[in-house]
Amino acid sequence: MNFSILAICYLIGSVTFILGLKMLSNPVTARRGNLIAASGMLVAIVGTIFLYEDEGSRLGNYVWIFGGLVIGSVIGAVSARKVKMTAMPEMVSLFNGTGGACAALISIVEFNHMYREHSQNASLIFSDLMLPAHYLTIIAGAIIGSISFAGSIIAWAKLSGKINDFSFKGQHIINLVILALAFAAAVITYNTSLQAVNIPFFVTVGLALLYGVFFVLPIGGADMPVVISLLNSFTGVAAACGGFLYHNQVMLTGGILVGAAGTLLTILMCKAMNRSLKNVLIGSFGGSSKSAQVTGTQGAYKEISLSDAAMIMSYAHKVMIVPGYGLAVAQAQHTCHELEKVLTDKGVEVKYAIHPVAGRMPGHMNVLLAEADVSYEKLLEMEQANDEFKTTDVVLILGANDVVNPAAKNDPASPIYGMPILEVELAKNVIVNKRSMKPGYAGIENALFFQPKTSMLFGDAKKVLQDLLAEMKNL
Amino acid sequence: MNVILSFFTENLELIYIVILSIFLGIEVIGRVPSVLHTPLMSGANAIHGVVIIGAIIVMGKAQTDNYLALVLGFLAVVLGTLNVVGGFVVTDRMLEMFKAKKKKL
Repeated sequence: MNFSILAICYLIGSVTFILGLKMLSNPVTARRGNLIAASGMLVAIVGTIFLYEDEGSRLGNYVWIFGGLVIGSVIGAVSARKVKMTAMPEMVSLFNGTGGACAALISIVEFNHMYREHSQNASLIFSDLMLPAHYLTIIAGAIIGSISFAGSIIAWAKLSGKINDFSFKGQHIINLVILALAFAAAVITYNTSLQAVNIPFFVTVGLALLYGVFFVLPIGGADMPVVISLLNSFTGVAAACGGFLYHNQVMLTGGILVGAAGTLLTILMCKAMNRSLKNVLIGSFGGSSKSAQVTGTQGAYKEISLSDAAMIMSYAHKVMIVPGYGLAVAQAQHTCHELEKVLTDKGVEVKYAIHPVAGRMPGHMNVLLAEADVSYEKLLEMEQANDEFKTTDVVLILGANDVVNPAAKNDPASPIYGMPILEVELAKNVIVNKRSMKPGYAGIENALFFQPKTSMLFGDAKKVLQDLLAEMKNL
Repeated sequence: MNVILSFFTENLELIYIVILSIFLGIEVIGRVPSVLHTPLMSGANAIHGVVIIGAIIVMGKAQTDNYLALVLGFLAVVLGTLNVVGGFVVTDRMLEMFKAKKKKL
């Protein structure tokens, strides 16, 4: 009886996950989709706590379970409520890491359980105790979960500026060696007698953690969204391993859904950035970009004064704003929206051109601008924007760099060659706001800044926008 | 060979779930506009928090004298809950903005 009710709970959970993901794909239903998935999760969790039976016996340790649930909920809800919109990618990465750690811990406890149960027969070989498939689910959960945990923590630390890129020559080969050693240790674990089995098992986990660290460390900021998305799907697969382990349908559905969807999303992002998944995986991007040529296309760039910038924008017919990561760091989305309103009041047509990978995650800019109440139909996707640049008088670039770099079109030697870009040079004037002439994430020069129609407006995006606003109101 | 075959027959139901879920996951995400990529990634992130169920099972099965299992299981429950609750709340916060804006249209 209990078992059938639990099965229904899991069915509800699985269906809500599918529905939730589906509804998340439409702006109108997205929020409801999220809530539906969340309520399905609640049903599955409550069902598990009260109805789960293993060989006839109910679960125990309720104090521990509820204690953990309460602590986790409070920390999770509070930190998710307090985090700034600009720090969202870090937060997602961090939560992804906790999921990975959870999966790894489950495997470790299951391993320990198996070990204790038979510890009086110390001479038994581990492979006598369980079938290869059973062992595979445990060890895969441990490896994938550990990689996902360590990688996500590094991604989080990098995005929040706590650590810098780190790479050395031949790092991707060492990465592959570490991974191979982890697999080897996993095989050794399976063929070791119980008295010694702890060592290779924890070596496996340690190597997987190490791989996670080395896997993410060399990857530059530009690739971070791809990495987070990939780690997201890793955690999904790790959760699915748990599903196999416990013959639990809802864990399996949820995990595999996320694993598949996350992988596809990762590939889509790679395509948008013209990088192969293989290159991201072996972590070669950061290394190659640093050594990439700092080409000598530098000429003279010209600066524009605030009042001149305010002037040409106020008398333009059409202004296109290209937001980038600089806008996000400066928290300038509200000021940007104000500027848009002032210009619109002056009769200027204002639109935003959103590159798919602007900011630090796909859609990051849309979320930020939505927070500032920028209307949905003012946001143009890349193709639309590229059609409209021809008729645009002024393009205002706010802290974006690589996504407007013409080298992606003209310079086959450039590391970003082939990446689709916003073709801002089609417009009559280009004003670039940056903090300095430093290159962007990909670490390459941008010839756009040296073109005659381009003028530079240095400074923090928020400060500059506020000053521009003041100037415009004085006009 | 026999091991593999018997694995297949024993887990046939699960294997079906895996294969169908892969197609479903790809289909579902294939139609997402890029505007929603970040919330979607975040939502998917919350959904793989379903691993919490495994943590609850591990915690509930732990013998009361096995402190390693108790402590690690407890940690797993806390971390899994963080993933679920944090993930859904962050996603909701992102989507809140989309909704407010939609009303205005």
